Amino acid sequence: MLRDPSICAGCRPLWIGKPRTVREPALPQAKLAPIELALMNIAPKSSFVLSRRHLLGIEGLSREEISGLLDLGEEFVELNRQIEKKRTSLRGRTQVNLFFEVSTRTQASFELAGKRLGADVMNMSSASSSIRKGETLIDTAITLNAMHPDILVVRHQSSGAVELLASKLDGCSVINAGDGAHEHPTQALLDALTIRRNCGHIEGLLVVICGDILHSRVARSNIFLLNTMGARVRVVAPSTLLPPGIERFGVEVARDMREGLNGADIVMMLRLQRERMNGSYVPSVGEYFHYYGLDEKKLSYAKPGALVMHPGPMNRGVEIDSIVADGAQSVIREQVEMGVAVRMAVLEALSRNLPNA
Amino acid sequence: MMLSDRRPILLANARIVDPSRDFDMVGDLLIADGVIREAKKGIGAAGVPEGTDVIDCRGKLIAPGLIDMRAFVGEPGAGYRETFASASQAAAAGGVTTIVCQPNTSPVIDDPATVDFVLRRARDTAIVHVHPMAALTKDLEGKEMTEIGLLKAAGAVAFTDGDKSVTNAQVMRRALEYAGDFDALIVHHTEDPDLIGDGVMNEGEFGARLGLLGIPKAAETIMLERDLRLAELTGGRYHAGQISCRASLNIIHGAKARGLPVTCGVSINHLTLNENDIGHYRTFFKMRPPLRSEDDRRAMVEGIASGDIDVIVSAHDPQDADGKRRPFAEAADGAIGVETLLSVALRLYHDGSVDLVTLLRALTANPARLLELPSGRLAKGAPADLVLIDLNTPFVVRPELLRTRSKNTPFDEARLQGRALMTLVAGRPVYNCSDGRGD
Repeated sequence: MLRDPSICAGCRPLWIGKPRTVREPALPQAKLAPIELALMNIAPKSSFVLSRRHLLGIEGLSREEISGLLDLGEEFVELNRQIEKKRTSLRGRTQVNLFFEVSTRTQASFELAGKRLGADVMNMSSASSSIRKGETLIDTAITLNAMHPDILVVRHQSSGAVELLASKLDGCSVINAGDGAHEHPTQALLDALTIRRNCGHIEGLLVVICGDILHSRVARSNIFLLNTMGARVRVVAPSTLLPPGIERFGVEVARDMREGLNGADIVMMLRLQRERMNGSYVPSVGEYFHYYGLDEKKLSYAKPGALVMHPGPMNRGVEIDSIVADGAQSVIREQVEMGVAVRMAVLEALSRNLPNA
Repeated sequence: MMLSDRRPILLANARIVDPSRDFDMVGDLLIADGVIREAKKGIGAAGVPEGTDVIDCRGKLIAPGLIDMRAFVGEPGAGYRETFASASQAAAAGGVTTIVCQPNTSPVIDDPATVDFVLRRARDTAIVHVHPMAALTKDLEGKEMTEIGLLKAAGAVAFTDGDKSVTNAQVMRRALEYAGDFDALIVHHTEDPDLIGDGVMNEGEFGARLGLLGIPKAAETIMLERDLRLAELTGGRYHAGQISCRASLNIIHGAKARGLPVTCGVSINHLTLNENDIGHYRTFFKMRPPLRSEDDRRAMVEGIASGDIDVIVSAHDPQDADGKRRPFAEAADGAIGVETLLSVALRLYHDGSVDLVTLLRALTANPARLLELPSGRLAKGAPADLVLIDLNTPFVVRPELLRTRSKNTPFDEARLQGRALMTLVAGRPVYNCSDGRGD
C-alpha cells in the first residue's frame, strides 16, 4: 500500500518522483554481485557534519542542522530496508549506551543504529550498574572516561543530568537519549522525519500535542523543533498537566480536545504515567480517557486524514484507543522505523566530528 | 593575651556609622577592656590614656560587626561540612562578629544540654560570638514544643525548626502563645511542604524550559499568612526567617501596618540573585526558598530600603562536593555566604538602591534588637564588636581562598567592591586583611 501524500490534509507533496513506501516492508532484493555490495558500503551522499561535539537537546539547533540530520536520516531509511544494512563509518569506535532509566525501545534503537554503522556497542543499564550502589554521576563519568568510549548515549531520570555528565567527559560525544522532563532530541527528530516523509514538509503544519506536557521531554523537544522548522504547535491537556508559562513557549494552548484538535494536520499523543492518573494530576483513567483519550470521535475533529503519532510505549485505552492506534491514520509503527534511521544519522553526523575522523 | 592585659585602641579619623542611632560622621573611636569607651568627633591622640595604640583609619568606615542571624554550622554531627572554628574564621574575614547557628544539626539542638555543648564548643574553638537558636519542636518534627523556657535560660536566642515548617497550626499557635510568656522569639521557615511537592526551583517559564518542577510562591505566602493570623491571635513575637517574593513583602507590609509584632528576614542570595542565575542546572544556586524572578528580587531590595524587611542573613549552608555535584533535582539545597555577606550586600549600596545606614542596620542593629544582644551598635559602653571597611576595594571571590570548609558559593568569581579590612570581637582583632592570605 502506498501512502498518498495528499491524504495528509493541508500538505502538498513537495518531492518529485514516486511517493515513498512507508508501511510496506522493503521489496525483496535481487541477489547482488559483490561489486554492488561494495558500492552500497560507501559513505552516504549527504556529507552533513553536525559541528558540535554533543547532541544534548533540540533547543539551540538551527533549521539547517535539523534539516541536515533529517536528510541524512532519509538515506539511512533506504539503507535499513536493504538486506545488507551494514556501514563502516563507525568501525573501530566504541559506543556505550548508559541507561539510568529503563527503556527497551530507545536502547534497542540506539544499539541497532550503532551496530549498523559498525561501532562496538556496549549497554549499561541502571539495574546492573553501580548507580544503585550510590555511586555519583560524576564518579560514573570518571570511570567511563578511563575506558575511552567515542560515543556515549545517556538516558537519566533527572533533567540536566546528561549535560552534567557531558561537561565532565573529554574526548567523547554525548547523545541525550532523554533527561528527566527536559529533552529527548532523537525522539523529536524521528517525529520530524516521520512528518516530513508523510507530508513532504514541516513548515506551516498544525501539530497538536496532547497529554502530559508537564512531565514530557518529548513535548519539549518537539515544541523546540517544530517552532524552529516553522510549524504551528498547539498543546492540549488539563491544566494540571500543563507547565507554568507554557504560553510563552510559542505554542497555542487548549484544555479541550474538540477545540484543540480543530484543524490539526498531526495529532501527537503523549504517554500518561500510571502514578499520575489516580487523583494526583487527573481523577481517574476513566475520566482522562473520556476527555483526553484519542478515539475515533475526537480524531474526527482534526483535519481529515490527519496523522496520528505516539512516542510509545502506548497505554491503550488511557491516552489512545486501539482502533485509532492501529488505524489507517496512525504512523506509530513508522515512527519506530524512523527512530533507527535518525539515530544512525545523529551517530554518523557526530562521528564525522570525532578526533581522527 | 588576656583581655585586661591589652592596651586601649584608638581608631582615629574613621567614618563612623552606627545605624542604631542614625550616626554617620568622621571621628575617633576609643576601645578599652573590650568595650567602646567613646565614639565621637575629635578625641584625638591627646585625649586617650597612655599606652593607647592609635590606628589611623584614613577615612575608612567603621561599622558595628555584622550579626548573621541564620548560619548553619555542622556541629554537632556534620563537622565535615562546617565547624565552629572554620565558620567563625570565615565570619571574621567577612566582618561578621556574631553568628547565630541553626538547630537542625545531629542531634538536633532541642534540649538545654545541647545548647550548653554548642556554647562551650564555640567558646573553645570560635573566634567570633556564636549564639544558637534552639528547635521550636522536639526533633524538628513539628509535633511537640521544646522546653522553651529552659532553653532560653541556657542561652538559646530564638526558636526555629530550621528549614522545616511547622505545618500543624495548633502546634504553632500554642508555641507562639507559650513563647510569648518568656518573650521568646520564634523564627519560622515559611514553605508549605505539600505545595513544594517535588518542586526544586521557582515555578515559572524558566523552570518549565529546564524540565524542572516548580515551587509556587503560594507555598510561602500561604504559610506566612497563616502565621501572621496566629501571631495576631496569640501576640507572640514572630519572625519570618526568609521571605523571597513580592507577595510576601506585601503581606508583611500589611501586617506591620496593622501593628502586629512581626518581623522578617531575607537572605543575601535573594537580594542579589534570581532564578535565571541557575542557567544550565547550576546546583550552587539551588536553595530554599528557591531563587525567584527578577521582580521578586527587586521587591526584596525595596523591602530593605523601606525597612519592611528587618534583617539580611547569609543563610550560610555549607554542602560538600558530593551533595552538590549531582543532577539539579537530586542535589542538596543551600549556599555558603557568611564570608561574602558584607561585600555582596555592598552591591546594593554601590548600585544606589539602598543607602549605607539602612543597609548596615539590617545587618547589625536590627538583628541585635530582635535577638536582644548588646552588640550591633557603636555607642559608649557597647561591646567592641566592630569592623573596619574599605567600601571601594575590589574583591574577586575565589572559592579556594574562602575559609569555610565547603565551597558551595553562588558568588564564584563574582566581582565585588568593598570588604572588611579588620574585624574586632570584644576589642580583640580577629581578622586583619593586611596579614591575612593574599586575597
